[in-house]
Amino acid sequence: MKRTILALAGAILIAAPLAAFAGPKHDREELVHFFSSRYPNIKFNNYVYGSMAFNPDAKAQYDSIMEFPPFTPVIEKGKKMWEKPFKNGKTFASCFPNGGKNVAGDYPMFDNKLGKVVTFEMAINQCLKKNGEPQLSYSNMKTMGVLVSYARTLSDGMKMNIKVKGPGALAAYTRGKEFFYRRRGQLNFACATCHVDNAGKRLRSQILSTVVGQATHWPVFRGGTRLFTLQRRYVGCNKQVRAVPFKPGSEVYNDLEYFESYVSNGLPMHASVFRP
Amino acid sequence: MRRKPIALLLGGIAAAGLSLSALAADTVTVPKEALPHTKPIFAVTPAAPTPAETGKQIAFSRKRGNCLACHAFPNVQAQMPGSIAPPLVAMKLRYPNKSVLRAHIWNAMKFNPNTAMPPFGKHKILTKEEIDKVVDFLYTL
Ligand code: HEC
Ligand code: HEC
Repeated sequence: MKRTILALAGAILIAAPLAAFAGPKHDREELVHFFSSRYPNIKFNNYVYGSMAFNPDAKAQYDSIMEFPPFTPVIEKGKKMWEKPFKNGKTFASCFPNGGKNVAGDYPMFDNKLGKVVTFEMAINQCLKKNGEPQLSYSNMKTMGVLVSYARTLSDGMKMNIKVKGPGALAAYTRGKEFFYRRRGQLNFACATCHVDNAGKRLRSQILSTVVGQATHWPVFRGGTRLFTLQRRYVGCNKQVRAVPFKPGSEVYNDLEYFESYVSNGLPMHASVFRP
Repeated sequence: MRRKPIALLLGGIAAAGLSLSALAADTVTVPKEALPHTKPIFAVTPAAPTPAETGKQIAFSRKRGNCLACHAFPNVQAQMPGSIAPPLVAMKLRYPNKSVLRAHIWNAMKFNPNTAMPPFGKHKILTKEEIDKVVDFLYTL
């Protein structure tokens, strides 16, 4: 018994300095290396196509649907919401650098004053609050979902550019990373079981996407019609393994999004896309 | 325990209420004879399926075993298997000890801590009896 405890203590002592070296940069490089060595034919930029990166037929269907997306009217509605002045005459554009152009790739960011991760959707609510307007629910696809289906298009082409600086940011990133790698639910899957270990393989008929590239293109319209924000997708993936999901906008999901976005750094953003 | 009869009674009333309102509503009602014949899966009747046959149903049902999500069963006609796990063939030959095979389904993490395979017994995804039947089915492969 004593020996095991000693051995355990020794293992922890050895592990600690290693953990100090391994940081976000290392995590990201390791993941990219893992996928690129397993699937050398898939170009880095194509990870943003998710499961379709592994399926040329599905990608061809994507390309043709994206020429005249059936969800264009929804994005138009989002544009009206984005441009409609608040009661004080100001607009969303007043809250963001560049009027909201090329900013989405900076989110989520860690706010040292708040001590929390701030997602793009949270920044939108902060803007509403600052201007005395009612805030939107992160779970409501008809309001927040439709609004960001346009607002995020203003950052199309921007490269994901997440920063993890300082102890608070690192702690939030680490919580997100731990969530991603921890098994949960009756079926006992971690996100990593599907989106790292088995990415590119089929779960029944569905090809599993790589975590690298999962945060760049939201919202998506599944089947061309059903709007999903990234965090609504998290709810779905949690339910799939019979785990109790968290709420969109919860700190747990914000930290998870922080991790997922960081490992997508360098990939081009493209908002409101088709998914099968 | 004591509450059960009351719950049953309430259930009965609710069911009666439902069928009553269905009659009242202007809906199309299907005659009883036309309804698909259903019977409990484990009913012991002369025509009851063998344990292996029941095991196959459990293994292939999406709601229960859903083994096809990950495994192909090359000896059985089955559409759209996943490609996560090795195909299941020659199981009797490869697992002469039935209890080892059973243990794999009970908790695959015992053999591979990084496995993708859900711990069907340990997490009560399937019951002991269901797992025994699945093992009987695997032995036919
Ligand atoms: C049991 C398998 C499984 C698990 C576990 C799982 N997912 Fe998924 N996930 C899927 C499938 C299947 C899809 C749809 C195909 C695809 O895009 O990968 C999907 C899609 C996604 C997508 C959308 C990708 C896109 O571009 O449209 C994201 C993001 C995602 N999952 C994140 C997660 C996260 C985060 C977790 C853990 C909380 C998780 N998943 C756990 C199976 C899983
Ligand atoms: C989500 C994926 C998944 C599901 C669902 C799944 N398995 Fe597996 N199974 C695996 C993987 C992966 C392996 C490979 C060995 C390992 O990693 O444990 C495996 C291995 C096995 C083995 C050992 C195979 C060999 O060739 O030695 C048996 C037997 C088995 N599974 C039976 C089943 C049965 C029966 C079911 C359904 C009741 C099932 N599995 C459902 C993923 C799965």
